[in-house]
Amino acid sequence: MTSKSDPSSTSAETALAEVHRADWGRLLSLLVAHSRRLDLAEDALSEAFARAAARWPVGGVPLNPAGWLHTTARRLILDGLRAEAIRGRKAPLLAVGREWVAPPGIDEFDELDDERLSLILLCCHPALSAESRSALALRMVIGTTTEEIARLFLVSQPTMAARLTRAKKKIVVAGIPLASPVDDELQRRLNDVCRTIYLAFTAGYAPGQGPDLLRSDLAGEAVELAAVVHRLVPSSGEAQALYGLLLLQHARRDARVSNGKLVTLTNQDRSRWHQEEQEAGADLVTALPPSTGYQEELRLQGLIAAQHAQAFAAVDTNWSAISTYYGLLEDLTRSPIVRLNRAVAVAESEGPIIGLAMLDGLDEFLSDNHRLHAVRADFAQRAGDADQALASYQRALDTCDNEVEYLHLERQRETLREGTTQHPC
Amino acid sequence: MVVLASVVDTYLWRILMKYFVLLAGNGELEPWDEMTPEAQQQIFEQFGAFDAACESASDVETLGGEALEGGSMATTLRTRNGELSITDGPYAEATEQIGGYFLIEAPDLDTITDLCRSLPAYDIEIRPVVDIG
Repeated sequence: MTSKSDPSSTSAETALAEVHRADWGRLLSLLVAHSRRLDLAEDALSEAFARAAARWPVGGVPLNPAGWLHTTARRLILDGLRAEAIRGRKAPLLAVGREWVAPPGIDEFDELDDERLSLILLCCHPALSAESRSALALRMVIGTTTEEIARLFLVSQPTMAARLTRAKKKIVVAGIPLASPVDDELQRRLNDVCRTIYLAFTAGYAPGQGPDLLRSDLAGEAVELAAVVHRLVPSSGEAQALYGLLLLQHARRDARVSNGKLVTLTNQDRSRWHQEEQEAGADLVTALPPSTGYQEELRLQGLIAAQHAQAFAAVDTNWSAISTYYGLLEDLTRSPIVRLNRAVAVAESEGPIIGLAMLDGLDEFLSDNHRLHAVRADFAQRAGDADQALASYQRALDTCDNEVEYLHLERQRETLREGTTQHPC
Repeated sequence: MVVLASVVDTYLWRILMKYFVLLAGNGELEPWDEMTPEAQQQIFEQFGAFDAACESASDVETLGGEALEGGSMATTLRTRNGELSITDGPYAEATEQIGGYFLIEAPDLDTITDLCRSLPAYDIEIRPVVDIG
């Protein structure tokens, strides 16, 4: 096709992709700040991008692409407000702080203006459901499409579109403000933001089906969101710990899947880990002093991930350091899942028998969790107790509802069975 | 430009919203009748502090608010197949504990939730009032 090789068309596409990547969130945050209408602002900015896609290849890329989009979107918002006024609808406006004074249409696009923090806080407001917060933050701040967000959370596109629409409506109708909290309130709200981003990130690594086994490209959007928050609030230890942790975990993306199958940490090809990202992540988490609460949870998880990153091969892993971090994490969270992970680390450094003992008492909390039974099966197998191992594999299979992991467990059990039946010969 | 001017008016006019603040349940507080006089006194003081906070907040106005009798004093009307039935008691179990309400005008949800922090620790539901201007 000639249009594809046409240089002006290609440069227009590149410019558009670049301005979308770099400026979507900033543009939207300014449009929301001035219009107080998240719903109209998002529609208008999407339409402005659509118009740019049609016009720039023909008329050339404007000198200030972001400014062009801002002006176009602002006009579209005014059109929308006029249409509502003419229809006699006094739809509620998104509330903004009282410092807002400028009427629409007189502001000029300023390179330094950045309302993204307020926009992020708005998307992660506690009055919104947790499941819509993460979707909304990706859509509004990063500009991830509804289709992609649906893929990330493994739901249908109409379901995700409805979820986003409901959340936007709640913001406008309930009067959730575009606010700039400070001090304690900012810290409280940032905690919601960090939890929201972490949820979006982990969604990308929840096993799905077929080519969407993992959606690490979309988990990457959550990492980008964490980067934005860290840059906007460099004084937040929580945001720093989160960004560091996500960099470290995301750096393993290319090694997590091989031939359509999940690869466990031990078996990953470590040459495929992104070393620069791991170093950047490790720098961020190790620079933080011990603290409390969620920040400390993130920091300890980051330190654990940094230990894995340092090991050139799985056998080089410093399991005793990792056990120590998991011990601190368990003291902090009292989470049975953390205890399970701690047992795995301890079994590596002190042997499977001690690991087995550490699993005692976990059935009370995790009897329906296939991971507990899979870990116990593995420990028992390594400790030479084939009967307990087979029984535990069976319980793991009974409680596993993920097809990919089910097949993996079944293979493990078959290998063990073959081993035990051949042994007497 | 006439249209634009009216848009801007709509804009500024609509800065204040109305919220219905429902004291929906006792939460961890004792039921009123089982409270000691001291605890009841404290509740009164908290309502006083809430009134004062609303009074001093800019752009906030209390339009109404009353304490309500308990669910056992309620009467529920239901219309089914065009027939109105009148029954004794609250609409649903969940509404038994409703203790009172406020109708407050405020700039946004955060303002309302901040003000509600000074109320006694009831479970509270906040609903925006539909603007039918």
